[in-house]
Amino acid sequence: MDTSTLLAVTAALTALAYVIGRGRSLSQAANVGGIRNLNSLPFYYGMLTALWCGLPALALLILWVIFDEPIIHALVIDSLPEQMRQLSGSELGLLINSVENIAAGNSAAMGVDPHLQAASERLISLREASRQALVVVVLCGGLLFGIFGWARVRPQLKARVQVETTFKLALLLCSCIAIVTTLGIVLSVLFESLRFFQTVSFFDFIFGLDWSPQMAIRADQVGSSGAFGAVPLFVGTLLISAIAMLVAVPTGLMAAIYLSEYAGRRLRAVVKPLLEVLAGIPTVVYGFFAALTVAPMIRDNGAVLGLDVSSESALAAGLVMGVMIIPFVSSLSDDVINAVPQSLRDGSFGLGATRSETIRQVVIPAALPGIVGGVLLAVSRAIGETMIVVMAAGLAANLTANPLESVTTVTVQIVTLLVGDQEFDSPKTLSAFALGLMLFVVTLTLNYIALHVVRKYREQYE
Amino acid sequence: MEATVRETVEQKPERLLDRQVIDDQEAVTAAATVGKPFVEAPKMAMRNVNVFYGEKQAIFDVSMDIGSNEVVSMIGPSGCGKSTFLRALNRMNDTIEGCWIEGSLQLEGQDIYDPKLDVVPLRARVGMVFQKPNPFPKSIYDNVAYGPRIHGLVDRRADLDEVVETSLQRAGLWNEVKDRLAQPGTGLSGGQQQRLCIARTIAVSPEVILMDEPCSALDPIATAKIEELIAELSENFTIAIVTHSMQQAARVSSRTAYFHLGKLIEVNDTEKVFTNPEHELTEAYITGRFG
Ligand SMILES: Nc1ncnc2c1ncn2[C@@H]1O[C@H](COP(=O)(O)OP(=O)(O)OP(=O)(O)O)[C@@H](O)[C@H]1O
Ligand SMILES: [Mg+2]
Repeated sequence: MDTSTLLAVTAALTALAYVIGRGRSLSQAANVGGIRNLNSLPFYYGMLTALWCGLPALALLILWVIFDEPIIHALVIDSLPEQMRQLSGSELGLLINSVENIAAGNSAAMGVDPHLQAASERLISLREASRQALVVVVLCGGLLFGIFGWARVRPQLKARVQVETTFKLALLLCSCIAIVTTLGIVLSVLFESLRFFQTVSFFDFIFGLDWSPQMAIRADQVGSSGAFGAVPLFVGTLLISAIAMLVAVPTGLMAAIYLSEYAGRRLRAVVKPLLEVLAGIPTVVYGFFAALTVAPMIRDNGAVLGLDVSSESALAAGLVMGVMIIPFVSSLSDDVINAVPQSLRDGSFGLGATRSETIRQVVIPAALPGIVGGVLLAVSRAIGETMIVVMAAGLAANLTANPLESVTTVTVQIVTLLVGDQEFDSPKTLSAFALGLMLFVVTLTLNYIALHVVRKYREQYE
Repeated sequence: MEATVRETVEQKPERLLDRQVIDDQEAVTAAATVGKPFVEAPKMAMRNVNVFYGEKQAIFDVSMDIGSNEVVSMIGPSGCGKSTFLRALNRMNDTIEGCWIEGSLQLEGQDIYDPKLDVVPLRARVGMVFQKPNPFPKSIYDNVAYGPRIHGLVDRRADLDEVVETSLQRAGLWNEVKDRLAQPGTGLSGGQQQRLCIARTIAVSPEVILMDEPCSALDPIATAKIEELIAELSENFTIAIVTHSMQQAARVSSRTAYFHLGKLIEVNDTEKVFTNPEHELTEAYITGRFG
């Protein structure tokens, strides 16, 4: 029986446990004078019995799958002749590998060390035994625990409480998985960054004005100084994000105001989904739109005005990124504006205020914290955006505030540092982690502030 | 009041839900307003008003006057169209999609649904206080100063201060808030908020004040304060008040209008309505025979 069949059988067993657990509670209910005299509804007794059957079976299965390979390998090694067992860890690993290969039939049967041949046979037989034992253990475990759970079904048993506790624990487990994953990512980025800061000083990184991450591979190589000043990258990020927000915030906000305060229901039903289509366009499409259409347009128009615009400019990337973020800002603002109670608007109209006075003096102030929260979320989105910038803003780490020049951003540099073949432990590669860490800290702070602001706003009307 | 009405329903289900309601329908269809719907030199005059929400008609052919410096109360079962009619008086229904109005409504002889009329000054002349207190999320001072500011009623800060103070005083709130004018209006208690909203309304000195169940969220003490205030205000203002409390209607108003299923059944001197109503439906309502 392979594992998936086993799983299916276990599931069936669990379902059966539900049925008989529920049945037992029903027959007991008959003895004590009806379901109302049970501590919980029959459903919960069934669930509890099913949990008693299914969870131990699942646990056994998981434990078995985790531990059977190491145990089998250990047993195989034990069966090898003395001088082979004396080998060091990595050599033993190689040995096991070749045993595995023989067992899988990948090596020519001729000319193989007879010991290894024997070992591979032993491996195969152990595997077979393990697989059969697994079936027996899991099913017997499920059956035994299921019977135990079934026997526990009594009218006094607090089945509902226990079932709900179990599900609460399961929910907790799921949220832990998310947290642990995040934590793992943060820690790995943190450790790699620490390795980076062993070669490049933290202050050089934070305050350095020069970014050119080429390291000399040979001592006599020219032009590869390796400078890791992150300031130009952060300035570039800031510049592009600022341009994007200049486009997105007013446009998005006005669109939201129009949609929620002025537009009729029918127009709204058409325009809102259309706006949200913007959010569905892949960023790479925005990217080549920026690189192939907007950037040349800006350059040509700049040339007409006598401006010197480079063909990859912060302006192009920022404008297109702004357009991309518009639906983000508008739908978040739309939500908070709609959350402003109609009674406030009525109050204002009732005093003879016009629609625009009402919007400016009552609706927007009431929605402001929420709007600010939305904008901050949009900012962290802009900071993290990569594709558009890679394609439209260039790679040159210029330290400039001129939107017509080409700049680069943190995310773009992370991409260029890690694409292609790299030594994994060179400062060049490791600097990507440091940049990532910085970026993470910045967006985390922004998100934290944003969530805080949004939450504060919610409290006002509840 | 809602609760008592519901209790009545539970106590006398057979009467209410079967026979009585069927009788109602016939009586209402036949009804023409009885009593004294019209006065001399009215402040507001409504003639043959119909209000529709889309396909659904909520007000049927209502005609009545509201006299100068008069307090008129409007009573009737839930859903009979009191709020709808009240909101029609300063065009608050304009903000409801699909709502439209037929008939003539005049404020001192001027048609308030004239397409050329600007609703902004109209609403400054006919102010509204809502059922649920709805202070703006601004300071107490700014709440009251809101109206005078948008209408440019005062030029100097000192004048504005004075308007705010007198409005709060008239609303009976001044003593409670004079030391905390800069604090948010949303931080006041329900009764204080409602008085703040009244202060906000009288700060623009409207000629008519429409109140839609202004006391429904308040305790008896706050209610008493607001009733006192209404009595005081009636010296200078014309007031139309919707209420579910017949005692309140009896206490504050000089005339009472009884609405039923979108029709105006009876308008009469308040005393007469509560002691000797002309119409059987009015009588049935005030004696608590149905909600
Ligand atoms: N915005 C609306 N859209 C559609 N129908 C409405 C709307 N507002 C009110 N109505 C309907 O119009 C009728 C009258 O409603 P209205 O709010 O005027 O009643 P009311 O007398 O104020 O009731 P209550 O005493 O419960 O406040 C009701 O049948 C109601 O369902
Ligand atoms: Mg109402």
